[in-house]
Amino acid sequence: METCLKGSDRKSLRAAALGVLLLVALVLTGCEDRAPQDFLNHPIGETAKEADRLWDIVFAIAVVIFVLVEAVLVFAVVKFRRRPGREAAQFHGNTRLEIVLTLIPALLLAGLAVPMVSTLFAAAEEQQGALQIRVVGKQFWWEYEYMDSGVVTANELHIPTGTPIRLVIEGDPNDVIHSYWAPRLFGKQDVVPGRTNFINMEAPKPGTYWGQCTEYCGLSHANMRLRVVAQDPDEFEDWLALQEEPAAEPTSGAAAEGQKLFLENACAGCHAIQGTDAAARVGPDLTHLAGRSTFAGAMFETNEQNLVKWVTDAPGVKPGVKMPSFRGQLTSEEVESIVAYLLTLE
Amino acid sequence: MATAALTRRGMFARPRATTGWWSWVTTIDHKKIGILYGVTAFVFFLIGGVEALFIRLQLARPDGQVLDAELYNQFFTMHGITMIFMVVMPMGVALMNYFIPLMIGARDVAFPRLNAFSYWVFLFGGIFVYSSFFLGGAPDGGWFGYAPLSRTLPGHGMSYYSLGLQILGIASLAGAVNFIVTILNMRAPGMTFMRMPVFIWMSLVVSFLLLFAMPVLAVALFQLMFDRLFGGNFFNPAVGGDPLLWQHLFWVFGHPEVYILILPAMGIVSEVLPTFSRKPLFGYAAIVFAGVAIGFMGWGVWAHHMFAAGLGPVANTAFALTTMFIAVPTGIKIFNWVGTMWGGSIRLTTAFLFAVGFVAMFIIGGLSGVTHAFVPHDAQQTDTYYIVAHFHYVLFGGAIFGLFGGLYYWWPKVFGRLLGERLGKLHFWLYFIGFNLTFGPMHIVGLQGQPRRIYTYPENMGWDLWNLVMTVGAFVIAVGTLVFIVNAVLSRKRGEEAVADPWDGRTLEWTTPSPPPEYNFSDVPLVTHRDDFWHKKYARTPEGEPVRVFAGAEHADDDEHHHGIHLPSPSYFPALAALGMPFLGYGTVYKILPAMIVGAAILLLGLFGWGLEPSVEE
Repeated sequence: METCLKGSDRKSLRAAALGVLLLVALVLTGCEDRAPQDFLNHPIGETAKEADRLWDIVFAIAVVIFVLVEAVLVFAVVKFRRRPGREAAQFHGNTRLEIVLTLIPALLLAGLAVPMVSTLFAAAEEQQGALQIRVVGKQFWWEYEYMDSGVVTANELHIPTGTPIRLVIEGDPNDVIHSYWAPRLFGKQDVVPGRTNFINMEAPKPGTYWGQCTEYCGLSHANMRLRVVAQDPDEFEDWLALQEEPAAEPTSGAAAEGQKLFLENACAGCHAIQGTDAAARVGPDLTHLAGRSTFAGAMFETNEQNLVKWVTDAPGVKPGVKMPSFRGQLTSEEVESIVAYLLTLE
Repeated sequence: MATAALTRRGMFARPRATTGWWSWVTTIDHKKIGILYGVTAFVFFLIGGVEALFIRLQLARPDGQVLDAELYNQFFTMHGITMIFMVVMPMGVALMNYFIPLMIGARDVAFPRLNAFSYWVFLFGGIFVYSSFFLGGAPDGGWFGYAPLSRTLPGHGMSYYSLGLQILGIASLAGAVNFIVTILNMRAPGMTFMRMPVFIWMSLVVSFLLLFAMPVLAVALFQLMFDRLFGGNFFNPAVGGDPLLWQHLFWVFGHPEVYILILPAMGIVSEVLPTFSRKPLFGYAAIVFAGVAIGFMGWGVWAHHMFAAGLGPVANTAFALTTMFIAVPTGIKIFNWVGTMWGGSIRLTTAFLFAVGFVAMFIIGGLSGVTHAFVPHDAQQTDTYYIVAHFHYVLFGGAIFGLFGGLYYWWPKVFGRLLGERLGKLHFWLYFIGFNLTFGPMHIVGLQGQPRRIYTYPENMGWDLWNLVMTVGAFVIAVGTLVFIVNAVLSRKRGEEAVADPWDGRTLEWTTPSPPPEYNFSDVPLVTHRDDFWHKKYARTPEGEPVRVFAGAEHADDDEHHHGIHLPSPSYFPALAALGMPFLGYGTVYKILPAMIVGAAILLLGLFGWGLEPSVEE
């Protein structure tokens, strides 16, 4: 069968070349500034920047190779199309060219391996005097323990700026694998049950950095988010001092009623509130819940409306969560009292 | 019936039908089995594609409401399992089944009934896994099934996963053994190793990879099965089990698996490009040895899937270096494919476009693959959409493009009619554009921090635009698939009838009529060259230009002296034995002892019947 080249083929080739170029242009320019987990354009922490420097080198070389090889490929297809009167050259190879084209990428890669290995080992190095914080991943939230002061909190990690931080990533043996990641500050490390991993990092400037779990961990993997709040060291010390305080006693009637309900009902079976009898560590420590801007794995903003929904029917708003629904067990007035109490826990 | 009863030596009268659906059940002809494999894999391709469309619809906008978390997790898990185990692998097997004997000058594979058994096990295994959707929920722990999540997920989904993949693995193993023996022992006289078509070489490498990789997966799945169903604790960290054990086992299988998926497509491309460039393959030996080198080196890179797992800087460095250098043999292949086109006389057929599309897209997948070796940056990009982009450039832009190239190339040989070129090119361009729209932006949102396997994302993440573009792209791919189906249907009725050698081919399959007779070759060919058929068709002028030898293309298959060619007879037993597998599967998942006994009895009955019947019924 003869399949002759038609005019449309040439057009479609041009369209293809244009499409590829357009795509490259989009990849290079199409990044939005408003992406809070963007580590390509806005790495901020030193660890993230180190990784980004490697990427810049590799990406530049990859783009050159990509353009060269695709150009040669498209050129060959266009240039050597069947034409009347021209027969195909019948050669089988070119040993010297093949050796050269094998050696070039091999040497290139060997060269690139050097900065990679040095960055890799540097990132694993423990810095002297680093603030140590234990991070434990649970379905579907994070628990933090400041190892010097024993302060326990959840989901929002507070750190001082300009201070080396060492995260001690511990997997709960009764939970599953998670991965801890705040892209603008540091690359991820898996939280493996029964094992301990480490992240060394530092935040150069104050800000709230977003992140989330990146190892598939079940129904609400998508809802297992986190925040890292970097504060000036003074502010951080104030925050830490507040965390060391027990919870404030409720003053209003509704809040006092809420505290009573909290302690009498199932709540205290899973949650701890320092300064009360509630001391369980199944769910997040709620001692200073209202001081966190988000709750439930940084999924919801901390406000009355969201907390009411949550206490009423947590699995209804976050699939697979271990906290049971209290619909039918607590009246809406009781829920509102509990929420009033929770909102006093600053 | 009376005569059948008199002559039979097996348990039942031997099936005799050569047409009708019963002939397909009992066939042991590698060509019919190849078609069965291809059709089944294509049906699964449509199912896996629909799952992908639902995934894309759910993620098109923030806070998507198309699927809930439960269904989304089942869909992304089943999409992966389907495309890997039920589409790309069996589609490669379909082409290997049909063309290995034809390309090496054999009349069938070494073990025709084992071949049928492979197919039926594959089919029943696929149906078994999919039945879970109707029996309380499909696997939902990801195709990678990381423990301890996979051992604790409620429902039966991951039990179906552990049993179903074991069943599918049996099909792969049986097929691998069959192809290895066929290629090593059944080549026509003169078909030395270095005269074998590259597709045969790649099939051989893939078969060895399967032979060694599937048992590792089987061990992991077996342990997972015990953890889930029989109180095992292999992966239970609370009592000293090790979650990383699963990861090591899975990826020791899983990375060679990547090459199992891609090497057949590389083999196809290495056949299609020379044919349509009218040139011998550039650097045949280099391409062959690069393929073999990938086969070996593919075993030493698995832990690059675990750079974030905390193996430590020394182990990470070792696997980063191997991961970098496996790019070298891959690069060799790409250079040699371009060299094959260089100086050629290229016909831009659909098959050629898909092959070139493969090379063009695989370059992107290969380059993004090298970036994974840069461990500190991998800690950023791993488990984001950047990875999803990368492996779709390898497995869709690579494997699927290559496989469709093979379908367009070999379709006339299999069905005796050509696929339409006009629709074919439309199909190609829809795929090319849709593919890049879908998977190109995934690089970007990945680097902007969108993780994989999330069923939803809030609206303030900056990912909205690209996710919408990806969803549009996915539907462009869907339209391309419809165009292919229309093309196939039209070709059955109105397609141009194919001569034996429609593309001016180079290898032995083109010496047979289209479609080939049951016995493939009336005379076993005598091979004197690499690209033997080309050398029989063309002499060379002193300047090295090919000149048609008119007698050379006249091959002997139209004469009638094929009497007395003994082919193995059809058999009930491979399909019967395979039927035992799902019973064993259901029996184990639900711990129903009678079902297990029935399954084992069917399997044993099939194997005994098989063992006791002669391969040829006189």
